[in-house]
Amino acid sequence: MQFQPLRFGALSVALWALLSVPVAPARAAGDAVVIGDIDDFTGVYADVQGQGGVEAIHMAIDDFGGTVLGRKIEVLFADHQNKPDIGASKFREWVDQNGLNMLIGGSNTGVSIAMAKVAAAKKVIFIPIGAGGSSLTGADCTPYSIHYGYDTTALANGTASDIVKNGGKTWYFITADYAFGSQLQDSATRVVTANGGKVLGSVRVPLGTTDFSSFLLQAQASGAQVLGLANAGTDFSNSLKAAEEFGITKTMKPAALLAFLSDIHSLTLQTAHGLYLTTGWYWDLNPETRAFAKRFFAKINKEPTETQAAYYSSTLQYLKAVKAVGSTDADKVMAELKRAKINDMYAKDASIRADGLMVHAMYVMQVKTPAESKYPWDYYQVIKVMSGEDAYGKEPDPSCPFLKK
Amino acid sequence: MTTVFGVPLPAILGQLTLGLVNGSFYALLSLGLAVIFGLLRIVNFAHGAFYMLGAFAAYIGLQAFGMNYWLALLLAPLAVALLGAVIERLFLRRLYRLDPIYGLLLTFGVALIAEGIMRNRFGASGKSYPVPHLLQGVFDLGFMVLPIYRAWVVAASLTVCAATWFLIERTRLGATLRAATQNARLVQAFGINVPLLLTATYGAGVGLAALAGVLAAPVVQVSPLMGSSLVIVVFAVVVIGGMGSIIGAILTGVLLGLIEGLTKVVYPEASNIVVFVIMALVLIWRPAGLFGRE
Repeated sequence: MQFQPLRFGALSVALWALLSVPVAPARAAGDAVVIGDIDDFTGVYADVQGQGGVEAIHMAIDDFGGTVLGRKIEVLFADHQNKPDIGASKFREWVDQNGLNMLIGGSNTGVSIAMAKVAAAKKVIFIPIGAGGSSLTGADCTPYSIHYGYDTTALANGTASDIVKNGGKTWYFITADYAFGSQLQDSATRVVTANGGKVLGSVRVPLGTTDFSSFLLQAQASGAQVLGLANAGTDFSNSLKAAEEFGITKTMKPAALLAFLSDIHSLTLQTAHGLYLTTGWYWDLNPETRAFAKRFFAKINKEPTETQAAYYSSTLQYLKAVKAVGSTDADKVMAELKRAKINDMYAKDASIRADGLMVHAMYVMQVKTPAESKYPWDYYQVIKVMSGEDAYGKEPDPSCPFLKK
Repeated sequence: MTTVFGVPLPAILGQLTLGLVNGSFYALLSLGLAVIFGLLRIVNFAHGAFYMLGAFAAYIGLQAFGMNYWLALLLAPLAVALLGAVIERLFLRRLYRLDPIYGLLLTFGVALIAEGIMRNRFGASGKSYPVPHLLQGVFDLGFMVLPIYRAWVVAASLTVCAATWFLIERTRLGATLRAATQNARLVQAFGINVPLLLTATYGAGVGLAALAGVLAAPVVQVSPLMGSSLVIVVFAVVVIGGMGSIIGAILTGVLLGLIEGLTKVVYPEASNIVVFVIMALVLIWRPAGLFGRE
């Protein structure tokens, strides 16, 4: 699926043509605060944030009042097509030509790692959301990165530890073959072994594979109790669907290391019920989340995913910080963001750690059966609420380079 | 336990069976491509999109009209074939005398438009289509559990492949078709409506893709991207088999499915490139493909 030079070539030409329209070239930096969003708008992760992410940014701007420091707030967005070079070069272009002040990077750890390097070089605040790789605040951290939403450590601490403690001792992983998948598998492996479990094997599957049956047979042959799905998006739905079809879910318990509301919606409860997953947010948690979801639904006709909510929250917190320090200077705003507590509809009493990791409560959920689901999008029930420290760990990641100085 | 290259025999048998399932998908898809290329000389880049539209037609039929699977198997390919015929009449027809690159660009554009529309309407993560009641359940083969539906896919696609081959290579209609592509003017002189024949051929090729889409709908997520991930592999299959060779497309499709299945056990990371490695080797050794005429 990745072998499509022509397709991507044409797509990027079309997109560049489209996206360069609303942006006036050579704008004098300083007359607007510019927020960018570079995300997967067309590929396997497009439903996780995509257009809904852009909408969430706009909602945050509206709630903030539409301007900050008396300046207009402008939003740019572009498709990285899951290609690191496209993401990084678009980021650079916006900084150089459009006076970009803050970038939200959606999905795909590989692309986010590339964009973090640009953030460090250009000294522009970069907030990856939906990219799971915990290296974004570890080996790949920068003084300008804030990892918002969740990371592979938190996902593993949620789903994996709960399943091991409930008797799922032996694991086999089906892993997306790129940075995110391997980091997720590593994190989960650490949690499984730390809790007395054992990993019997794993198979690395190319991103965008549609037929998982072969890999599932290998998983079944291992005799493991738990089928760890270290993948996401359509990779996740297709692997779970095939596991159901081949009767593998009868002998193995599937564990979704990363599943979104949009995945469960497209799989339907018939296939997904009983699944454990970890999420940073759910639309139906409390009146505040439901109020946000209602407004979001009115615009997009879907309930928001956890990362779309994180888009909203991070934009709001950024604008608050800009207002508090009275400047868009990246160093001052970063200092304020790391100092202030976060309290909004997304997270309560959350904070941003020195390494840039946003630490907040995480929820272990179980997907409801069709009978348990009472109304549309009533999909999860809360199994456990993990405190931020339990989910992400107490101390900043020691492998983060700028903390070593 | 008996092992082959250090892999247990039951695992090999299991993977070969799955390879056969995937291979029959490849065969059905590459068959349509080969028919279109062989008879119209159009490199149909929209093939994956028509496959996707076939699956969506079945899904929409079910959601909107409660149309069951068996009816969808008949109606969805017909609807998509009709769309294909319209595209041929309006656009492709004008390109027959031009360089093949124009046909490729046009169909590529059609594919992007179709994918974009469906993504806008249904989202990227796709929809679920249920397995029909009659075909639910599994066969226990001893070395693996084979869902009845997958066995049905193999049987259905191989039957359709054989029928198509027979139609083109062994019947009078097929002979007329082949003659029309060799020398359209002469065939027309015999009173045969060649333009209509070509429209019908494109429609039929596209209908085969849509049929594969309906067959695939219960197995994979019905998503706008389901075709783009397959079409490149299918093109490789057609190139390996020999552009335009019907029998080449069918046999190579099945064969590559099997090889890919084995790769998934031996070295999974290479499973999505093995087809292209084989394509490169075949092109070096036999530039016209395994079954192509020089």
